[in-house]
Amino acid sequence: MNTMNINIKINGTPVTVPAGTSVLKAGKLANTKIPALCAHPDLKAWGACGICVVKVEGSPKMVRACTTEVVEGQNYITHDPDIVETRRTTLELIMSNHPNECLTCPRNGCCELQTLSAEFGIRDVPFASGVRRLPEDLSTPSVQLHPAKCIACGRCALVCQQMQDVWALEFLNRGDQTRIAPAGDVTLAESPCIKCGQCSAHCPVGAITEVDETRKAWAALRDKSKEVVVQIAPAVRVALGEEFGLEPGTLVTGKVYAALRRLGFSKVFDTNLSADLTIMEEASEFIHRFTTGGELPLITSCCPSWVDYLEKYHTDMISNFSTAKSPMMMMGAMVKTYYAEKAGKTAADIVSVAIMPCTAKKYEIQRSDDMRSSGAADVDLSLTTRELARMIKQAGIDFVNLPDEPADSPLGIYTGAATIFGATGGVMEAALRTAYYMVSGKNLTSVDLVAARGMDGVKIASVKIPAGGKEIEVRFAIAHGMANVKVVMEQVRAAKAAGKELPFHFIEVMACRGGCISGGGQPYGSTDEVRAKRTAGIYKDDKDSVIRLSHENPSVQALYKDFLGKPNSEKAHHLLHTHYVPRPLYVK
Amino acid sequence: MALNNFCLVCGGTGCESSKADDIFKNLRTAVEAHGLTGQVQVVKTGCFGFCEKGPIVKILPDESFYVEVKPEDAEKIVAEHLVKGRPVKELLYKTADQVTAKTEEDIQFYQKQIRIVLRNCGIINPEDVQEYIARDGYLGLEKVLFEMTPQQVIDEVKKSGLRGRGGAGYPTWLKWTNTSKTPADQRYVICNADEGDPGAYMDRSTLEGDPHSVLEAMTIAGYAQGATKGFIYIRAEYPLAIHRLEVAMKQSREMGLMGKNILGSGFDFDIEIRLGAGAFVCGEETALIQSIEGKRGMPVPKPPFPSVSGLWGKPTSINNVETYANIPVIITKGGDWFASIGTATSKGTKVFALTGAINNSGLVEVPMGTTLREIVYDIGGGIKGGKAFKAVQSGGPSGGVLPAASLDTPIDYESLTKIGSMMGSGGLIVLCESDCIVDVVKFYLDFSVEESCGKCAPCRIGGRKLLNILDKITKGKGTLEDLATMEQIGFAMQRASLCMLGGTTPNPILSTIKFFREEYLEHIEQKKCRAGKCKDLVTYTVIADKCIGCTVCARKCPVNCISGERKAPHVIDQSKCIKCGACFDACKFGAILVS
Repeated sequence: MNTMNINIKINGTPVTVPAGTSVLKAGKLANTKIPALCAHPDLKAWGACGICVVKVEGSPKMVRACTTEVVEGQNYITHDPDIVETRRTTLELIMSNHPNECLTCPRNGCCELQTLSAEFGIRDVPFASGVRRLPEDLSTPSVQLHPAKCIACGRCALVCQQMQDVWALEFLNRGDQTRIAPAGDVTLAESPCIKCGQCSAHCPVGAITEVDETRKAWAALRDKSKEVVVQIAPAVRVALGEEFGLEPGTLVTGKVYAALRRLGFSKVFDTNLSADLTIMEEASEFIHRFTTGGELPLITSCCPSWVDYLEKYHTDMISNFSTAKSPMMMMGAMVKTYYAEKAGKTAADIVSVAIMPCTAKKYEIQRSDDMRSSGAADVDLSLTTRELARMIKQAGIDFVNLPDEPADSPLGIYTGAATIFGATGGVMEAALRTAYYMVSGKNLTSVDLVAARGMDGVKIASVKIPAGGKEIEVRFAIAHGMANVKVVMEQVRAAKAAGKELPFHFIEVMACRGGCISGGGQPYGSTDEVRAKRTAGIYKDDKDSVIRLSHENPSVQALYKDFLGKPNSEKAHHLLHTHYVPRPLYVK
Repeated sequence: MALNNFCLVCGGTGCESSKADDIFKNLRTAVEAHGLTGQVQVVKTGCFGFCEKGPIVKILPDESFYVEVKPEDAEKIVAEHLVKGRPVKELLYKTADQVTAKTEEDIQFYQKQIRIVLRNCGIINPEDVQEYIARDGYLGLEKVLFEMTPQQVIDEVKKSGLRGRGGAGYPTWLKWTNTSKTPADQRYVICNADEGDPGAYMDRSTLEGDPHSVLEAMTIAGYAQGATKGFIYIRAEYPLAIHRLEVAMKQSREMGLMGKNILGSGFDFDIEIRLGAGAFVCGEETALIQSIEGKRGMPVPKPPFPSVSGLWGKPTSINNVETYANIPVIITKGGDWFASIGTATSKGTKVFALTGAINNSGLVEVPMGTTLREIVYDIGGGIKGGKAFKAVQSGGPSGGVLPAASLDTPIDYESLTKIGSMMGSGGLIVLCESDCIVDVVKFYLDFSVEESCGKCAPCRIGGRKLLNILDKITKGKGTLEDLATMEQIGFAMQRASLCMLGGTTPNPILSTIKFFREEYLEHIEQKKCRAGKCKDLVTYTVIADKCIGCTVCARKCPVNCISGERKAPHVIDQSKCIKCGACFDACKFGAILVS
């Protein structure tokens, strides 16, 4: 890495920035905002929109701030009448091909094009409209494509290809007929799409959005014949506040419970409890495989996009996949069996709703028949954090000033180990805390497994667990951002093929960069800066927890005692485990 | 029996499509029939350049230059010229004043040309490496490999002052230096043969007529820059050029001129051909690299320049066909010799594809600094049909349209840029009074809009808006505001487009709004197209006084919209007229009025 510093000027003001910095970023460091539409800190600059043009003093030419690296001694002019006029014309050109139907657009109020238009004071687009009425793609339960609104900035395709290595989205046709669509012009459902929704999270306009199911939720709440029960995922609590003006990472667990209750949900449960349950099942599964010579490495399966990706791209690893369901599905199964039993109801009497940071969860609830282990859909509706925020706004709830309230019994208590499921490495850390106990009979002296944390795309480390006088070493790998998983899988394959010792025993994968805290259904604007704050919120929640080990969760202990028996019991297997099938690509 | 005569037949794509292949076969048959086998060799060469008068057959050693030859002329050429020694007079070129020109030297078209790039075109059989070698081919490569260091090669190219012939005019030695100075385990040289400008065929002809010159040059370039692998990126629409390259590559490999340990020097170099699917934007170097890598051909931002991070991230230098074709001569004759030709900043020659309303269309190679007037009037022989000159479109769709006042501009990189055009790859299209400026500009815009890759907003959207406005104007629906709007869009495209395709798309519009504003105003204010090209602004009517009722126009009309009694004035039904102008062309009495 080049750590050299470069001295430049932004509009005459000296500033020192690291070598390799783009003019766009240098402007930010110098407190100068250069407008841009296609550039995104997550992506390699691509230079498509043409909004961020700047001048280098001494040259009349304009260059793109996003793709131009700073050069020692240069003075960059980020604004002058000429530049503003050029940007305005480009913006007007983009708007002339955009439907400009802001009032009914899902991105109304949070659209980057709308914001730019407001900043430039565009009152009239001087060019004849060239909006293309392209058909929408409503084929997946997770995300929808509205190509008429697409400004072809390319972010979604780059995310899909570079960050996620999925290659579902591609540029089709050329010239002004260019459109971004599933490669091969199949539907999104037929494409390799893993429903991670990162395309929708990065889209600056309303061209790709989550499937909005808030009206279904309202309809359920209106139906007096049903009891509507809700669960919230770990990552929601450190991000939802952003929708109401709070800093990213602000922990709003108690306010979310309170808000859900005010929306009319009869019971507010926490997915964190079932995350603890997942750990009990998965750690047991790991120890069983590890000690009995079962198929290793064990690979985590909480992330539905990762499940879909593995079933499409890494089918040879299916036997390595943990059969444990995700915390959301485990909670759904418990709501419709354990809780229903306690409440004297049947599964059909209950509507089970989940609030998730994720668009793929909408797909997961209908992934296979295993998702109906209670006899009915274990989770009826999965809403994203963004959808919940909309419902709270629709209800006129003053979120920020809500009192903190507790979750409901019997599925509301969670440990610190569960809450870190929301960040990359969290599942591994939680599982190893409990595996350590299960193997050694003792708890770790320090439960913080720092090697599992952080934003490196692939993290590799090991823990030593005392077992009957000797020590066993558990080697693990953690990948997040789907494109990072390939290298880990290849290492495993290479070792297997060569008959060598496995490089890892345990692998955690999360499809989204940073884990669920920046899932495809989280509030818009995820960048590494935002991810760091949300992650800090997650680990603070863990640190502040009285109980930080899943096996010590009293509600989980009660659940096993009263209902499931013990981890990996037959009943647990029926309700809490699933299986996987290869899903070949591009077969009609 | 010794060879007495050579019979050279043009084998360029243009002449081939005018049955040059049949001429070739007929000549061979005739030679055999007259018992001249072994005495006369019939050779298919590359393009002679004088495409206006093709197909061309040239007889050696007396250099008789036959034009517009037909397959059936073969027998006569053999029987008269080769058997009896009497040139076929009616096939020889006649100058404007009807003087029969015997050889090329007598033809004005050739008199101001200097052939460096095209030195072997029309002379050698491009499919025979021996003929290339006989014309000093591979001498440069031998010299480079055994007498020069890579740096000396670059120094020689620097001395020559050669600049990129693909359009931008970047100094070739600097490009090579940048590539060779970037540390790498692998470097690449690429030949850009993705010639895409409408009307341009310089590179195609060079490859068809002299493929070895490009192979030799690429090998020299590889040696100079420390690259062992080269790629020729050529459009699939050039099957003949591709075939000749393949033949040439096979021969060079067999002779040890390509591949491992070339000529025993220890230097390895090989070339691969990659076919382009015909996207104009793939002529842009970063898009070209993407295409070779198997990706969608879209430009990527520079820097990093290909010389630092090019093909598969390795240092890569990309030169165009014409640039390469100069290299072997620069090595054999020296950089100083090359630098003695041309102007202070633009050295050597430039090949142009001269087309349009010109008497002598064809491929011309002139020293830099030659004026447009010399090309149009001396070489091109002036405007067809004695019509008035209107403009020259230079530089292809990215160039500008230059008025008569620019005719004395010397052709070099700086002068053309200064007057709002560019060297481009070398298309020169001459326009006359029957061409409508708005219509011509619309044609170029249409091309650029079709060929936009669609990546950046200014080009993708701006180009289409410009075309829509032009379309409005040609239909008589334009407003004065439209001119200002086109300038607004045009300036934004120039400044904010990602690559030069988008940045230069508005050039034809901006240069004509400047030089031919009155034609736009006529279309907008008077709803008039003076050239009669914009159909919506033209009405064809019969002048009753002049019409004798011969019915010719009615019979020629493809939509049967002209009616009238025999020997009585006819009438055109305006509701059905498609304004094709067939009646105007057919009428011998000047009775059709175009207004």
